[in-house]
Amino acid sequence: MAAEASAGTLRRRRARASTGVRGYGRATPYLFLAPYLLLFVLFVIGPAIFGIWMSLHDWDFQLPGKPFVGLQNYKDLFDPLSATAEPFWHGMRATGIFTLASVPFLVVVPLGLAVLLNRKFPGRTFFRAVYFAPYVLGVAVIGLMFRYILDTTFGILNAFLGVFGIPEIGWTTEQPWAFVALVAVTVWWTAGFNAIIFLAGLQDIPAEQYEAAELDGANTWQQFRNVTLPGLRPVTVFIVTITLLASANMFGQALLITQGGPGDTTRTALMVITDTGFSQFRMGQASAMSYLLAICLSIVALITFALMRERKS
Amino acid sequence: MRRRPSAAFWVMVVLLTLLVIVPLLWMVITSFKTVGESQADPPTLIPQDPSGRAFGEVLTTGGQNPVLRWALNSFAAATLHAALVVVVASMAGYALARMEFRGKNFIFSFILLTLFIPGFVFLMPNYLLMDNLGWLDTLWALVVPGAAGAFGVFFMRQFFLAIPKELEEVALIDGANAWIVFTRIILPNAKPALATLTVLSFLANWNDFVWPLFVLFSPERLTLPAGLSLLQGAYTTDYPVIMAGATVAAVPVLILYVFVQRYVIEGVARSGIKG
Repeated sequence: MAAEASAGTLRRRRARASTGVRGYGRATPYLFLAPYLLLFVLFVIGPAIFGIWMSLHDWDFQLPGKPFVGLQNYKDLFDPLSATAEPFWHGMRATGIFTLASVPFLVVVPLGLAVLLNRKFPGRTFFRAVYFAPYVLGVAVIGLMFRYILDTTFGILNAFLGVFGIPEIGWTTEQPWAFVALVAVTVWWTAGFNAIIFLAGLQDIPAEQYEAAELDGANTWQQFRNVTLPGLRPVTVFIVTITLLASANMFGQALLITQGGPGDTTRTALMVITDTGFSQFRMGQASAMSYLLAICLSIVALITFALMRERKS
Repeated sequence: MRRRPSAAFWVMVVLLTLLVIVPLLWMVITSFKTVGESQADPPTLIPQDPSGRAFGEVLTTGGQNPVLRWALNSFAAATLHAALVVVVASMAGYALARMEFRGKNFIFSFILLTLFIPGFVFLMPNYLLMDNLGWLDTLWALVVPGAAGAFGVFFMRQFFLAIPKELEEVALIDGANAWIVFTRIILPNAKPALATLTVLSFLANWNDFVWPLFVLFSPERLTLPAGLSLLQGAYTTDYPVIMAGATVAAVPVLILYVFVQRYVIEGVARSGIKG
């Protein structure tokens, strides 16, 4: 031990002497990394592995015994006769519908906003800040606010639509309106976030490319099609990825606005997982659900990448 | 692309602005109404009988819905969390940007990879970990685990890569050690990035919903988001009170945003640029 330590010090000294100014001591990088890595191992790596371990056990929070059950928790999710499969896939369906319906809007609307904000006009910084503002509010505020705005009988949205002779719509109580409402609220809330990332991407496209296209006689639309969209491809892949992740995590909007209703049509996968784990204390089962959802999500992400690459060639 | 904006352009810009502002304004207006007026058909645009009852209700109840207490908890948690993130992420980010050591690429790739693991995977195991540490229903559960996220490290690393190396090299020739170089030279030059990371971490923590909802139980220990969902359950159709609660949660963030919007927006803009 002692010999090793002194050899280490020696090596460290030699390293410092030989590499000169660029040389920090050998241990220095690890010392700088240590505080973060401690947290990282304790709260990211450890739990990710421990979650798999839990999912292989009948891990009831309240019971002393937590017997090993192998893949039973996963098998149950594919067994139509088990009590867990039905609610889980029902939740997966709700999350799936929400994701499918929201991601396209959360890409196209922000792209439009970014193109709008990329033009030079007086007050541009102000409007950019305004369009981003909803994102700084949490889902709790958004949820409570829109629960009232979307109320069937005394919500202002139905009152506004009534001016145009549109009859009352059950935004929180009828399908497909509940999904329409959840998607619209999410777009209202997060479009500004994606728009800012798109805007940064737009500003990275060299002006010469537009000038060259203009010399070739390309009109505005052709420039958008042939310069802007290809130039934004990496940013678009990034946005689609983070938006998919966010949509799969959907929870607060459905909890606060539709309360999972009407029926349990908007009870998302995450609502089912938290209910199984925290209300029924079946955490092993809930962990298995989490991992299955994560696997489904990565499959969707891979398919999306493949499709986006194909379009390129 | 470079024409002067047309009238249609301005109509669009203004309509979008209204779309953002009207719901927020409606929330604030409603919080000054009476219950009856909040359910009036057609709705009144200006409170006919303005009342501070709703605010009185949320700001003074000491019992089940101590909104002020929640605001204080949120503030304490978000502040401590942001401080912790900035310290650990800037140190790790600096090592990954500027130091050569064995396993560097592996460690960085590994950290980066976890950016793409969805948060719900950690929910159950981290809950049990909190239970074992005795952190359930405490501030620590809100402050510490979130600081293990990869974003801060990634963000700081990107920033440090862009600082000219000469700065440190001169100091090292003068015999300064790594810690002195880092705290006296690097950090003062990283103020904008540190400010951005502080604000982004603060906001994310202030707004976090799922985690506090499950790791906190006592009414007096909740944060605003967790408390608001309780408020909604308790007051069901008393919308002025619910809107007053939402206003109390929204206004401090919006005021903060007015002052730091540049940092927030630049931080978000930079997060999309990959290194």
